[in-house]
Amino acid sequence: MAIYRSHVLVCGGTGCHSSKSDEIKRKFEEKIKEMNLDNEVQVISTGCFGLCEEGPIVVIYPEGAFYSRMQINRVDRIVEEHLYKGRIVKEFLYEESIEADQIIPLSDVDFYKKQKRVALKYCGVIDPENINEYIANDGYMALGKVLTEMTPDQVIDVIKDSGLRGRGGGGFPTGLKWSFAAPNEADQKYIICNADEGDPGAFMDRSVLEGDPHCILEAMAIAGYAIGATKGFVYVRAEYPIAVQRLQIAINQAKTMGLIGKNIFETGFDFEVEIRLGAGAFVCGEETALMASIEGQRGMSRNKPPFPAVSGLFGKPTIINNVETLANIPQIILNGADWFRSFGTEKSPGTKVFALGGKINNTGLVEIPMGTSLREVIYDIGGGCPNGKAFKAVQTGGPSGGCITADYIDTPIDFDTLTELGSMMGSGGMIVMDEDNCMVDIARFFLEFTVEESCGKCTPCREGTKRMLEILERIAEGKGTLEDLDKLEKLGNNIKNTSLCGLGQTAPNPVSSTLKYFRDEYEAHVIDKRCPAGVCQSLLNYYIIDTCRGCTKCARQCPVKCIDGKVKELHVIDQDKCIKCGACMEACPFDAIIKK
Amino acid sequence: MQKVFDIKENKQKFDELLAYIESQDKSQGVLMQTLHKAQELFGYLPIEVQKFVSEKTKIPMAEIYGVATFYTQFSLEPKGKHTVGVCMGTACYVKNAQLVLDKLAKELNVAVGATTEDGLFTLEATRCLGCCGLAPVIMVDDTVYGKVDPKDVPEIVANYKK
Repeated sequence: MAIYRSHVLVCGGTGCHSSKSDEIKRKFEEKIKEMNLDNEVQVISTGCFGLCEEGPIVVIYPEGAFYSRMQINRVDRIVEEHLYKGRIVKEFLYEESIEADQIIPLSDVDFYKKQKRVALKYCGVIDPENINEYIANDGYMALGKVLTEMTPDQVIDVIKDSGLRGRGGGGFPTGLKWSFAAPNEADQKYIICNADEGDPGAFMDRSVLEGDPHCILEAMAIAGYAIGATKGFVYVRAEYPIAVQRLQIAINQAKTMGLIGKNIFETGFDFEVEIRLGAGAFVCGEETALMASIEGQRGMSRNKPPFPAVSGLFGKPTIINNVETLANIPQIILNGADWFRSFGTEKSPGTKVFALGGKINNTGLVEIPMGTSLREVIYDIGGGCPNGKAFKAVQTGGPSGGCITADYIDTPIDFDTLTELGSMMGSGGMIVMDEDNCMVDIARFFLEFTVEESCGKCTPCREGTKRMLEILERIAEGKGTLEDLDKLEKLGNNIKNTSLCGLGQTAPNPVSSTLKYFRDEYEAHVIDKRCPAGVCQSLLNYYIIDTCRGCTKCARQCPVKCIDGKVKELHVIDQDKCIKCGACMEACPFDAIIKK
Repeated sequence: MQKVFDIKENKQKFDELLAYIESQDKSQGVLMQTLHKAQELFGYLPIEVQKFVSEKTKIPMAEIYGVATFYTQFSLEPKGKHTVGVCMGTACYVKNAQLVLDKLAKELNVAVGATTEDGLFTLEATRCLGCCGLAPVIMVDDTVYGKVDPKDVPEIVANYKK
C-alpha cells in the first residue's frame, strides 16, 4: 500500500457537495499531478466535518490545517505554498483556528471544543467509499469480537448495561428492545435500519450514512447476531441520493470481503443487507408504517401490540433501530458499557448529535455529551444569533417537538428534561429562532406539515390537526378570538390522547409549547390584531420612510393606486386602500418601504 | 397540457420494466421499488403503467393506485423538463424560504405544485433537503443552490431557459 506524506481531505457531505466541493477536489488532483506530487499527496473525499456554515471545507494533514469557505481559485496557491513548499496559507484558514498567529488544533476551536464524537467518530476522517480506511480504524473489529468471543445474550447485556437509548426520537432503551426479539422463535427475523429521516432540519442520519456507511452495516450485523436475524433492510429516504449511493458501495465492498453475506468470519453466521427506498412520506419514520412501506403498501401505522419485536416485517420478529443509534453500537462493543456511560447523564448516557440550524452563526452538525446545556450548544458551539439579534427560542424535535425559550436555556439536554419542558429530543434537529420569527407562524408551519403528512388512518390526527390548523390560520389573519386559544389547548390534548401513532400523539406539541411560553404573542394577534415579529402578512402594514426620494416607481407599480405623492417628494400609502401585495416594496430602489 | 400516453412508443421502456419485475424476489415486497423503477423510466406513473405493473406482479390495481397516490414522490402527472424544488424545511423556513417560493411562482408564472405552460418547469415545495447549513436552499433537478435571496431567482431560472 502506498504511503503518502500529506492527505488532503475534502468534505463530501451534502452541504459542501452542494457548494461544488467535488470540483474543488478535482482541481486539487489536477494541480497535484501537474506539480508531480501525486506520489506524495493523497486527495480523498470524506463525510461531513460538521461546520457546514464555513463550507466547503478542506483539511490538510498532518498539519490539520482547516481551510474554510474554499474556492476553486485558491487551490493553486494552497498546492504551491502548502503542499510544495510546506507553508500553510494562513489567510485561507478558518479564522478561529488561528490564535496569535499560531495554528491551534481543531479540537481547541470553540465549535469543536465541547463536542465528543462517538456516532460521528469517523465522519470527516475516512473515505466513506473505501472499506480499507474503515478497517484500518478498527472497522468490523466489533463484529469480529461478538461473533468469535460473545454469545448473543452477552451482546444484548452489554448494550443494556450501556444504557443506550433510541436516538430516533422515542428514547427507548435499545438493549431492552433487542431482548424482546431474541427469545422469539421464528424461521426468519429481521433487522431494519430506520434512515427515513423526515424531521425537517435534521440531517445527522444522512451525514452518518454519507460519512461512515460501514459502521451502520457492522452494527446491523451485530444486532442480527444478537437477536438471531439473518436479513437486514436499510429504509432510506429517496431524497438522499448520495447516501444511497455510498451505502450501496459499502454493501458491495463488505460483501466482496466477506464481512457481510454467508458464513461471516467462518463462524456460520449469515447476514444480508438490502436497501429499500422511501418515497416521501414522513409517517414512514414510524416503525409500523415503515414496515408497511417495505412490504409494498401505503405507509400507514397500525396498533401496537403486537410489537414489531414479536410480529413485524412480513409478520416476523423485527428490530428497528435508527441510524444514529446503530452508529454507537460498534463503539460500545469495542470499548465497553462503562466507557459509554462515562459520557452523558445517568438516565441518558452517551452523546447526541444535533443539527444546528436557523438563526445561528455556526450552522452544522454537532455531537455533544448528554447533559450539556442549551446555552453551551447555542452560544459556545453555535456562536449565538447572527447580526446581533436577540435569541428568542430554540425548536427541538421537529414537528413532534416544541419551542424552548431563553428562560430555560440553562437546562441540561437529555431525553427527560426536554420532554418535561413540553418539547422532545426527536431526532435532534435544533432550529434557533430570533426576534424576527413569529411563534404563531412557526406553530402554523408545523401544523401544516402534520396535516399534509398525516396518513389519514385515525380520525383524531386526520381531522383534529386540520381543525387546529384552521384555527391557527384564522389567528394569523387577525380573525382569531380568545376562545380559539382555549380551543387549541383542548383539541391538542384530545389529539395527544387518542391518536394511533407517534405522529398524531406529538403533533400538537409545537402549538401547545408555543401557547405555553408565548401566550402573549398569540394574544397580540388575537386582541391587538398585531404580529409583534412582523411576519404574519395580513397583520402588517406597509409604510414609506423618509429615505424616499420621490421617484414615483412605487406609485406606478401599485395595482390599486393607493400611493400618493409628487415627484421628488415623500410618498404616502393610503392604509385603507392598500391590499398588502408588496409590489411597491419590491419596486423601491431606495429600500424606503418597510413592513411593520 | 393534456399529454396522451402512447403505449407503442414506449414499448422499450415496458420491456425494461418487465425485466426488472422478473428479476425481483416476489416474497419480499416489491411494489415500492417497482414503482420507483417505473417512474425512473417513464418520468411519471400514468394509469397505463400502473395497469401494466398490476398485470405483471399480480398485485390488484386498487392497491397499486393506493400506493402511487399515497407517497408524494410518485407523480401521476408528467413533470416539466426541469423540476424546481424550494426546500420548506424548518431551517429554510425561518430564513424566509417562503419569500423565495413566492418569487419563483411569480417569475415562472405558475402555481406551487404545477407545471408551466411551455412544459419547461415544475415548481414544488419540497421537504427538508438536509443541507440546512446553506438555508434557504432550492434545488433545480439535481443541482442545489444555497443561501438563495429572492433577488437571485431570475438569474437562476434564466440558466435553464436556454
